[in-house]
Amino acid sequence: MSAPTDLNIDHVANLARLALTPEEKAKFAQQVGDVIAYIEQLKQVDVTGVEPTAHAFPVSNVWADDVARPGLSVEDALRNAPAQRDHMIVVPKVVE
Amino acid sequence: MSDLFFQPVTELAARLDAKEISSVELMQAVIARTKAVDGRVKAFNSFDEADALAQAAASDARRAAGQARGPLEGIPVGMKDVISVAGQPLTASSKMLANFVSPYDATATLNLRRAGAICWGRLNLDEFAMGSSTENSAFRTTCNPWDLTRVPGGSSGGSAAALAAGEAIVTLGSDTGGSIRQPAALCGVVGLKPTYGLVSRYGLIAFASSLDQIGPFGRTVEDVAITLGAIAGHDPLDSTSFNTAIPDYRAELSKRKGPWRIGIPKEYFGAGLDPEVGAAVEQAIAFYRARGCEIKEVSLPHTEYGVGVYYIIATAECSSNLARYDGIRYGHRSKQAKDVVDLYFQSRAEGFGAEVKRRIILGTYVLSSGYYDAFYLRAQKVRTLIRRDFLNAYREVDVLLTPTSPTPAFKAGAKADPLAMYLCDVYTIGVNLAGLPGISVPCGFSSGGLPIGMQLIGQPFQEAELLAIAHAYEQAHDWKARHPVVASNG
Repeated sequence: MSAPTDLNIDHVANLARLALTPEEKAKFAQQVGDVIAYIEQLKQVDVTGVEPTAHAFPVSNVWADDVARPGLSVEDALRNAPAQRDHMIVVPKVVE
Repeated sequence: MSDLFFQPVTELAARLDAKEISSVELMQAVIARTKAVDGRVKAFNSFDEADALAQAAASDARRAAGQARGPLEGIPVGMKDVISVAGQPLTASSKMLANFVSPYDATATLNLRRAGAICWGRLNLDEFAMGSSTENSAFRTTCNPWDLTRVPGGSSGGSAAALAAGEAIVTLGSDTGGSIRQPAALCGVVGLKPTYGLVSRYGLIAFASSLDQIGPFGRTVEDVAITLGAIAGHDPLDSTSFNTAIPDYRAELSKRKGPWRIGIPKEYFGAGLDPEVGAAVEQAIAFYRARGCEIKEVSLPHTEYGVGVYYIIATAECSSNLARYDGIRYGHRSKQAKDVVDLYFQSRAEGFGAEVKRRIILGTYVLSSGYYDAFYLRAQKVRTLIRRDFLNAYREVDVLLTPTSPTPAFKAGAKADPLAMYLCDVYTIGVNLAGLPGISVPCGFSSGGLPIGMQLIGQPFQEAELLAIAHAYEQAHDWKARHPVVASNG
C-alpha cells in the first residue's frame, strides 16, 4: 500500500519529543501512512448532528473533600528518580 | 496432588477449607511448575518466590485463626506487569520502566489482598499493552502453551499463557481493545473485560484512559465470577469509577437460568473469519437454541469502522498518556542528552520500542493542528454511532454472541505489518468503544489442536447475567478438561 497522506514525520516527531533515526523515519512514515490511509475510510460516515463520545459512561463533577490524607514519604516518592540529591530530582542545567 | 496447578479456584478453596492442602503447599506447587515450564512459555517478566511464600504463610495463619476471607483466600493470582503491586517491579514490558518499582498497590491489587489472595509474579505483555501477540515486549516473546511456535495473543499474553500452562490459578490482565479476550481465546481460558468503570483503574499504567479496564482470567466462568467480585467496586481514587452495587456474581450464576434472547451480529461472520472458528461458534449457537434460547440475527452497521475509530482514539490517548515518560522523575534517562529538552527526545527514543513509537506518532498526528476535526473529533462521533448500534441491538436481545478472534493462534512473526496486526482486534474493539462487558469462553479446538473462543457481549453493568449465560454453556461442555502439554525446561 502506498501512503498518499501528508504526514510530516519530522514535525510530528518534534511535537511528540521523540528522536528518530533516519531509518525509523522512513519506516514509520510508510507504516503510519498505511494506517492513516486505512482510517481515511471514516470520512465515508455521515456524522451530521452526531455528538462526540469521549467516555462511554460520562461521570461529571466528581468531588473529593479537601482534607489532607497520608501520602508517600519523600523517600518513596523519589525511589524511582534517575538522579536525586537532598530530596530533590537532579536535572541538566536549564538556565545559563 | 501433582496437578494442583491445573485446578480451578473452587476446587482448591474446598481443599484448603478441608485442610487437605495448605496455601504454602499450593504456592510451592505453582512455583515448581513455573520453574519447570516458564523457560519455554516465557509468561513471566519476574517473580518473587520469597514474597509469594510469605503471603501464603500469612494466609495459612489467617485460616488457622478462623479469619479466612473467602474463596480467594490463599490462591495465587498472577498479575499483568502494568498493575501496581507495592514493592514489586512494574515494567509494562518496556525498557522505559525496566527498573521501576511500584511505590503503592493498585486498587485492584489491594482488593485482591483484602480477599486473601496472593499476588504472584509479573506477567509479560506487549509493551505498554500495545499489541495483539505479546511480540512487542521489550524483554521476551511469550509462547502459546498449546504450540510454542505460536503467539499467546495480546496484549495480556503472559496472563493467558501462564494460566493455560499451570503457572497461576487465576490472573489479572487489562483490556483496551481486546487484550484480555483475544489471548483468552488463543490460550483456551476464560477472560472477562468488565463494563468500563466497574473496576478501578487506579494503579494501572494508562494506555488509553477512556477504553482501559482491568479484568480476570480463569479456568472456569465461576473462577472469573469470584475474581471479578473481589476486584470490582467504586473507588474514589478513579474519577471514572462507577458507583454501583456489586452483586454476588458466583451466587447469581445458578440463579439465572434464561432462556435468553441471543443476538448474532451478522457483521461478525463475514470475510476473514477462519472456517473452523466459524463452525465452533455455530455449534455454540446451536447449543443455546437447543436450550430454548431465542436466536436472532442483528446488525451492528458501523462495525467496519471500529478498527479505524479505535486506532485514532486509542493512539490519541496514548500519545497524551505517554507524554509523562520524559526521563526526569522516573523511568529511563538517556546519558547522551546535551540539555534538558534533548533529554526528553533521547530518553524517549531509547526507552520506547517500535510499536509504542508508531502509536505515539499516529496519536500525535491525529491530535495535531489541522487534523483534529478530520480525525479525532470525527472518530469520537463515529464512536457514538458504534455505541448506539449496540444499544439498539439490546432492545431486541439480552446478549450478543460472536467469535472472539477471527483465527486461532498464529505463528510468531506472521504479522510483521502493523495494520495486519491491528485487524486481529476487529471483533473485540467495539466492546471497548461502547464501554460494554465482554467475555471470551473456550468453545472448541481447531483440527490442529488450537483453542477456539467465543465472545459473549453483555449490557452495561449486567456482568451477573453475562456470566450466567457463559456458565450455562460451560456446564454443558468439557473443553476446560484439556490442558496443554508443555515439556519441562531442557
